[in-house]
Amino acid sequence: MSPSRLAAPAALVLLVGISAVTGVASLSGGEWWILGVSRLPRTAAALLAGAGLAVAGVIMQMLARNRFVEPSTTGTAQAAGLGLVAVTLVAPGAALWLKMAVATAAALIGTAGFLALVRRLPSRDPLLVPLTGLVYGGILGAAATFLAYERDLIQYVDVWMNGELSGVMLGRYEFLWAAGALAIAAYVFADRFTIAGMGEDTSRSLGLDYPRVVALGLVIVAGIAAVTVVTVGMIPFVGLVVPNMVARFAGENLRRTLPLVAMSGAGLVLACDILGRLIRFPYEIPVGTILGVLGALVFLWMLNARR
Amino acid sequence: MIETRALSVHLTGKPVLHDVSLSLPRGKLTALVGPNGAGKSTLLTALGRLIAPASGEILLDCVPLNTIPAPELALRLSILRQEGAVGPRLTVRDLVSFGRYPHSHGRLGVTDRAEVERAIDRLDLAAFSDRYLDTLSGGQKQRAQIAMVLAQQTDVILLDEPLNNLDLAHARRVMRIARQEAEAGRTVVVVLHDLTVAAAYADHLVALKAGRVAASGRPDQVVTEPVLSDLFDTEVTVAEVGGRRVVLTL
Repeated sequence: MSPSRLAAPAALVLLVGISAVTGVASLSGGEWWILGVSRLPRTAAALLAGAGLAVAGVIMQMLARNRFVEPSTTGTAQAAGLGLVAVTLVAPGAALWLKMAVATAAALIGTAGFLALVRRLPSRDPLLVPLTGLVYGGILGAAATFLAYERDLIQYVDVWMNGELSGVMLGRYEFLWAAGALAIAAYVFADRFTIAGMGEDTSRSLGLDYPRVVALGLVIVAGIAAVTVVTVGMIPFVGLVVPNMVARFAGENLRRTLPLVAMSGAGLVLACDILGRLIRFPYEIPVGTILGVLGALVFLWMLNARR
Repeated sequence: MIETRALSVHLTGKPVLHDVSLSLPRGKLTALVGPNGAGKSTLLTALGRLIAPASGEILLDCVPLNTIPAPELALRLSILRQEGAVGPRLTVRDLVSFGRYPHSHGRLGVTDRAEVERAIDRLDLAAFSDRYLDTLSGGQKQRAQIAMVLAQQTDVILLDEPLNNLDLAHARRVMRIARQEAEAGRTVVVVLHDLTVAAAYADHLVALKAGRVAASGRPDQVVTEPVLSDLFDTEVTVAEVGGRRVVLTL
């Protein structure tokens, strides 16, 4: 255990170093301001979004009692996008925090709807749950796209649904610290979420107020997803791939594994962002696209390894 | 002690238990027996407050069960359900430690750790206490679940078919533990399929049939040919072997 406990933070530090020196502008001419205004904020955004989404994924998996769900496959991100389109239509000049609040509320309702839906599914086939989530998210996303198309807002929907970090600058990503704060809140309640993963009856036998734990988890998941959608756009698969990999090697006692989940999520998104900056240098590939490809491959491997 | 008064329970709208009035004494091992679908598990689930009765009431030490706050109830009553669905990937020791949650709220103290180790030893789990549950056999998983319930250290222990998947040595071990717990003054209620086991270990038997109490009493009153033949609607032979009642069905 102990070498791997050191490996994750060490890898993160290395990635931060690489991220700081990777980009089109050169730092050699004494252009240090680039670091403070662009490179470090972008690095922080990748770390916060990655850590937040990975934690949101593992909590979603406990609440749905299913390994194959995460905020982008349960309608959470799509509901946040729908909320954003709605608030942009109703009050185009609304302050960012207000839009964020509406997006969070929409994500909360959308995710609660997903949980209510999958409760009715037979528990025999675990793949029914993510499939239902994909269809459900697709319907919500289609509603958002339709509304946006009618009012010429379609480019916004694209920005929200496709995670991209090249626009991150000092002053334009700070809401993401809220995702970090929510991830820490998740750690405080880690035991309760692990117990929730054992089901409602076990939770109640151990004296937990199960509906309250679910509500708490929903707030954390919806908050993280909404903040991510609004600031950098949805980054898919982080919440799916990272918790599953960690579960394989370190189990799912969240009190112990949540820090590793957060660090791995942060590292994965940052590594994919660095990759996106390098593959077509000096052009960029959005981090959401890289993770979409990589995540799909890992997901397929996971499905196969299940047998 | 648990009492039920005119208890009726419905599952998905259909009545499963009708007018059940029982007294389950402290310091005794009570076995619930009866044919499939008689309502044994439903009764146990209602006693564990995991389903609400349609009518009637349940008293725990003379206090209505539904008035006890959940955190307090978790300190007084624990329940083993028939194998739950897949849960988080935990080690045996992690799972058993969660049995201490009502006491420790996640921060295991010295007593908590000692209770966890004791439960692990009593269920003969020490050899694989650091293995993940999904790498264990059905019987090993069942023992880990029982250890989790024991670690909760409650006055009332409800066990729904604890002998599922267990080999004969471990079935005996579990029944001996249930007896020790009863002799230590706890109220132990066990759903059992094997009537010979029930006759050998229980102080008190409750036979359910079609949601009603068909018979109740000491083993020598309930484990008899007429009572059992009537209970299961089939010919049952009760023999005495070495001073014990053995139930033969073939």
